[in-house]
Amino acid sequence: MKADIRVALVGNPNTGKSTLFNALTGLNQKIGNFPGVTVDKKTGFCDLPDGRKAEIIDLPGTYSLYPKSKDESIVFSVLADQTNTARPDLVVIILDASNLKRNLLLYTQVADLKIPVVVALNMMDLATRSGITIDIDAFAKKLNVPVVPISARKLQGIDQLKQTISYANKLSLQEDTIDVRSLAPQLIAQIGEEMRVDNPYYALQLAHQHEHLTFLTPQQSDRIEELEQVHAFHSQKAQAAETIARYNFINDLLYDTVTKKETAHEESWSNRIDKVLTHKVFGFVIFFAILMFMFQAIFAWSAYPMELIESLFVWLEATVKNILPAGPLTSLLADGILAGLSGVMVFIPQIAILFAFISILEDTGYMARVTFMMDKLMRKVGLNGKSVVPLIGGFACAVPSIMSTRTIENWKDRMITIMVTPLVTCSARLPVYTLLIALVVPHRTVWGVFNLQGLALTGMYLLSLVSAIVVAFVLKYILKARDRGYFIMELPVYRMPRWNNVALTMYDRAKAFVIQAGKIIISVSIILWVLASYGPGNRFEQIDQKYQQPQYTKTLKPDELDRRIASEKLENSYAGVLGHTIEPAIRPLGYDWKIGIALITSFFAREVFVGTMATIYSVDGDADRIDSVEQKMHNARNSETGQPAFTLAVALSLMMFYAFAMQCASTVAVVYRETKDWRWPAAQFAYMTVLAYSIAFITYQVLK
Amino acid sequence: MKLSQLKVGKKGIVKGFTDLEMSVKLMEMGCLPGEEVTVERVAPLGDPIAINVSGYQLSLRKREASTIILL
Repeated sequence: MKADIRVALVGNPNTGKSTLFNALTGLNQKIGNFPGVTVDKKTGFCDLPDGRKAEIIDLPGTYSLYPKSKDESIVFSVLADQTNTARPDLVVIILDASNLKRNLLLYTQVADLKIPVVVALNMMDLATRSGITIDIDAFAKKLNVPVVPISARKLQGIDQLKQTISYANKLSLQEDTIDVRSLAPQLIAQIGEEMRVDNPYYALQLAHQHEHLTFLTPQQSDRIEELEQVHAFHSQKAQAAETIARYNFINDLLYDTVTKKETAHEESWSNRIDKVLTHKVFGFVIFFAILMFMFQAIFAWSAYPMELIESLFVWLEATVKNILPAGPLTSLLADGILAGLSGVMVFIPQIAILFAFISILEDTGYMARVTFMMDKLMRKVGLNGKSVVPLIGGFACAVPSIMSTRTIENWKDRMITIMVTPLVTCSARLPVYTLLIALVVPHRTVWGVFNLQGLALTGMYLLSLVSAIVVAFVLKYILKARDRGYFIMELPVYRMPRWNNVALTMYDRAKAFVIQAGKIIISVSIILWVLASYGPGNRFEQIDQKYQQPQYTKTLKPDELDRRIASEKLENSYAGVLGHTIEPAIRPLGYDWKIGIALITSFFAREVFVGTMATIYSVDGDADRIDSVEQKMHNARNSETGQPAFTLAVALSLMMFYAFAMQCASTVAVVYRETKDWRWPAAQFAYMTVLAYSIAFITYQVLK
Repeated sequence: MKLSQLKVGKKGIVKGFTDLEMSVKLMEMGCLPGEEVTVERVAPLGDPIAINVSGYQLSLRKREASTIILL
């Protein structure tokens, strides 16, 4: 799709920027990457009233063009880089009307870059309620920019905003806000001359930020550094002077255009909620209660939809076998692909519910309070209050969580957070745990309300948090700090969650899971099916010949004969040989060669374990009976002892292995992307594998 | 007096900073000389604190608050 005009959305965090983005683009959006950097680039298309098409780019929320974190640094790069393909023709800057002063700082910076701007004044209702009156005409006249009052949540003013975007001028007409040149007159002049930059604020920003701007050549960057030396430019002092000048401008502007009624000091809603939610005792009680509720709900609410999906696949497998002629292809489809897929697809409900909870916690502003409450505790173990968000996000998936560590300004805090986040029980482990818990933990209610299986799962989640904290504590003494840590964070007012946003997140995440996991599962299932259905040399023929001898055909029932043949074939297949090869290494953990196959296939993605189990036990089992994976594994017998293959000791040892092992190719890749150094993912992989093996070993040896 | 010494519920006016690096970050967030600040609450474990400044709530650690001098 080609757009006629490119529009960037810029604004502070918590101003409703994403809500406006959704309102403008609807479901017509996609997530990509900015060229050269790994920050998510959300773009979408919007039809303007004049028939043109606008591409809308949602830039990360920031308080200023001076980045404090990796995420924020993208904003100036996109706005300033002349070579960037994402460079916008127009900036829509969204301001929170109830909090104009701080919001206007970013406006004055963007305006001085002389890119055409339109102001969207959001949350007018909130401002009115707190006694703020804004003279919008005077405000627009003073700045000389179009100002559109909107309510992104209530979808008010969106059409006017689209109208304004389509009428917007190609040239920037806004008034200068401060006298930029006076901040560093000679330096700005010389940079302007040598780099052919006519905008003084752009030149000043180059002086401040040249070190991490990727669109400058090393020579250009060195030259700017030289000029700074010559003119004795002090970045922090210049920035301080600029900020003060900007706030002077803002104060004058607000004095003329905004009146605030001095309301009798009535405590705001938000404050009253905070009194309870960040209370010394109740604060933590409520936090843990919310987590408990979340995990119980994941189990309880997903039970029915999971059963539905499961029976759908059982029906599909049966139908395929009935309709298609029996043969290797049918078997591949039913026993390979469908069995593998069903093992994973049943977890869609749980993943959707988990992401819904996380998005509600973020949306309401509660996550910021958790950060506030936990900071001191987290600092003790070498983390940061802001590490709580990636850690809780880690319950969903380590990949976006590791990307979200970009909001942590301090290098050491960020590295430790990245190193321990994959220990947190992610949604890919959920299928493995659910299956194993269902196998060995009785479905029973204890102490009146708690489901024993739910408790076991909660235990696994708690264990993962504890292990993350212990590892962080150790790393705190190993890593050396590079810069001083600080913690300056806005506590946004409490809001109702935007339900359509929650629904959109659920849909997005479930879709991403189905597509990503689905691709891997299908290919792994096919490979696995081939490996399990064929063997080296003529072993399979020998087995067939062996069982044609009368001593078997006469004494055994046809059913039993088939089962023996299938079982012996699996053991002699490529997969079986592979499993047998690693068996000596995993026997101390209590695993046989079949589990060994699953360990190998789930090496790149944990959730494959379930699919593999399904495939292995389909090939192994009675071809006429189609059971769910759980039943198949329940019936599984150890080929040597004849005892059930999945005892409590084996299942717990497996759960420990999956709790600590780094079986996720995507996480390894994202850790490399975020750290730009192979030693980080390598170290992470090594420590996690050692932990996984030792703890699984101890668990099995103690319990067996 | 430093902001870190201000009791919960009390107001003060920012006079200046003792640390340039911190001051740049705080001023961007609307916490600059002449602004009125109110200590709203202290985190359950005694640190960080939440203050009201420029019409919104900002949380910062006591160490950072101690770089803010009040009138």
